[in-house]
Amino acid sequence: MRHLIHAEWTKFRTVRGWVIGMLVAIPLTVLVGLLGPAGSQMSCAGPDGQPCENNVPPTGPGGEAVHDSFYFLHRTLTGDGTITARVATLTDAEPWSKAGVIVKRDTEVGSTYAAVLLTGGHGVRMQHDFTEDVAGPVSTSDHQWLRLTRDGNTLTGTTSPDGEHWATIGSVQLGGLGDAVQAGMFVSSPEHVEITRGFGSVDASGGPTMATATFDDVSVDGGWAGDWRGTEVGGESGMDTGHQESGGEFTITGHGDIAPIVPDQGSRGRTVENALIGVFAGLIAVLVVATLFVTSEHRRGLLRTSLAASPRRGQLFAAKAVVIGGVSFVTGVASAALAIPLVEQVEVAKGMFLFPASTWTEVRVVLGTGLLFAVGAVLALAVGMLLRRSAGTVTTVVVGVVLPYLLAVASVLPSGPAEWLTAVTPAAGFAVQQTVPEYPQVNASYTPADGYFPLSPGGGFAVLCAYAVAAVVLAVVALRRRDA
Amino acid sequence: MTTLHAEWTKVRTVPGTVWLLVGVVALTVAPGALAAGAMPSGGDPAKSALTGIVVGQAIVVILGVATVSGEYGTGMIRTTFTALPHRLEVLAAKALVVTGLVLAAGAVAVAGSVAAGEALLPGGLPFTGPVVRAAAGSVLYLGLIAVLSVGVAVLVRDAAAAVGLVLGLLYLTPIVATLVADPTWHDRLRTLSPMTAGLAIQSTVDVAAEPVAPWSGLGVLALWAAAALVTGAAALRLRDA
Repeated sequence: MRHLIHAEWTKFRTVRGWVIGMLVAIPLTVLVGLLGPAGSQMSCAGPDGQPCENNVPPTGPGGEAVHDSFYFLHRTLTGDGTITARVATLTDAEPWSKAGVIVKRDTEVGSTYAAVLLTGGHGVRMQHDFTEDVAGPVSTSDHQWLRLTRDGNTLTGTTSPDGEHWATIGSVQLGGLGDAVQAGMFVSSPEHVEITRGFGSVDASGGPTMATATFDDVSVDGGWAGDWRGTEVGGESGMDTGHQESGGEFTITGHGDIAPIVPDQGSRGRTVENALIGVFAGLIAVLVVATLFVTSEHRRGLLRTSLAASPRRGQLFAAKAVVIGGVSFVTGVASAALAIPLVEQVEVAKGMFLFPASTWTEVRVVLGTGLLFAVGAVLALAVGMLLRRSAGTVTTVVVGVVLPYLLAVASVLPSGPAEWLTAVTPAAGFAVQQTVPEYPQVNASYTPADGYFPLSPGGGFAVLCAYAVAAVVLAVVALRRRDA
Repeated sequence: MTTLHAEWTKVRTVPGTVWLLVGVVALTVAPGALAAGAMPSGGDPAKSALTGIVVGQAIVVILGVATVSGEYGTGMIRTTFTALPHRLEVLAAKALVVTGLVLAAGAVAVAGSVAAGEALLPGGLPFTGPVVRAAAGSVLYLGLIAVLSVGVAVLVRDAAAAVGLVLGLLYLTPIVATLVADPTWHDRLRTLSPMTAGLAIQSTVDVAAEPVAPWSGLGVLALWAAAALVTGAAALRLRDA
């Protein structure tokens, strides 16, 4: 087997066109990736006229980009304690308008928190640190008692429809919570979003909203100090928010949202996978070389020589797959490792902000791109062995891998068939590049066109692998049974 | 005339040709029928019914490339040029024969797509002026893709590289355009790219929303095809076969 691999490697490295083709894939990935941000100019100014560069969204405790603005009526809680309140009414609410009780490290944007809250359309929930969300028991009651208990760094949320029968929603650990924290009641109300799916385009329209909640039956227990103070977390919204107190009843009007920011079409934020749009160009180059790696043998009759030298046909195919897969993997890793920093640099220079991604996520994306190239190349090799023709093979593989993605993101298809296309065709493999999760607690358009694949990174890649395995099995059977 | 006859004989006697033509029809009609069945309300019926052109054109690319690259792959091209030393005439004959075949297959494919659209679209496919333009334009679109493929194949010679180049040219720009946020550049990219410009001809509902007018868009594709053919012709004259 080793000498076979060596032989195949010698074939590959001595054909100048193939080596050039592989090498071309790297700059192609980078340059096509640069086209996107190069053709975009973001003009924007913050409330104080500051340019976009300083207008990067805050990040939460997990490093993700977040919205953190709400009206906060708070006191200082030192040590352990409990707050209980009844949300009597919640009016003018969006589905994800929130009113409830919250314990937050401080009033700084992005600081760690836990909250029990009533939403406009999604019932009672316990949320913490922006990304975490647990639904509470379903209740038909109009008003809800909410209670948040702090015990060290453990926050426990409970709810009751009548103030007597309490149900625990969840218990969470918050890191970095100091001894003294800010705790109290809050109201937030996100932008009203109306998504209209037109023809080949998605229009999102809407505007800012405010919601008003009345809290009564408010009681606190433990080390509370100071008076109730109202703060607009996240800076002045310029809207008519505020609070009133009369006879133990608090009326709070709030605006904003406490949630992770999700990327969508036309947003100023760019994800890691956005920087890798050039992978489609690089991949086509790799698929062409992988196809030629086998169809040239058929055309020139070299396959007969190869088989005379090594009559174990399955082994010969395996050696070819190892060589082309390995070379493609290295090419893919190099392409992604170069494209991500270079394209992101231009994106930042153009006034976009980057969705933060952990080092591990970036490593996964880079290695995933390498695997995508490798499995794509093996698929092309197998299809080439079956069809024996260059033109047919390249077309089959490109139509199978690239075209479904194109149809899903840039065509007339509605989101249903688009999701189907990116789930069952080899294009599902591009899910390995996905870095942003879907958040059920954020109302947004989660379609392939917005960058959301229906399958998980591993699942999507498995679909591509399944196609490759099927093609390899057919190719080996054909190679064994047919004359060369 | 002899040249044309020779090319026709070659195309006719290669066993793959018939299957590729059948493939053009099948791969155009089937996706179009699926898209027509799934059309969202407010969609463009003609565009939905003719979605399959995006898939079917891939087979047209094979046809166009194979007529040229097939000869280079086997060395047949030297025999051809020995018998018919007027190289440009040979190229013209090849382009004519392939384009003619593709136009015929394209007409069948588009007719099938329109019939499927009429049957499957919620409101049928009204036979109005813009719809006729979309249908006729789609046939011409496939013909121009054939010319483009022949031109690129003469330049590149190798079948795999030529197919990769043409499909990359067609399929990559719409994908990249999704990330171009500046509306001016977004439209510019879609106006200059052969596929998105050429397919503007399929627009029947909101024609003004297209970055380029229907016939001008097809003109852009025609320019691409002409440029490929002319460059290919120059290369054919200057290089050894």
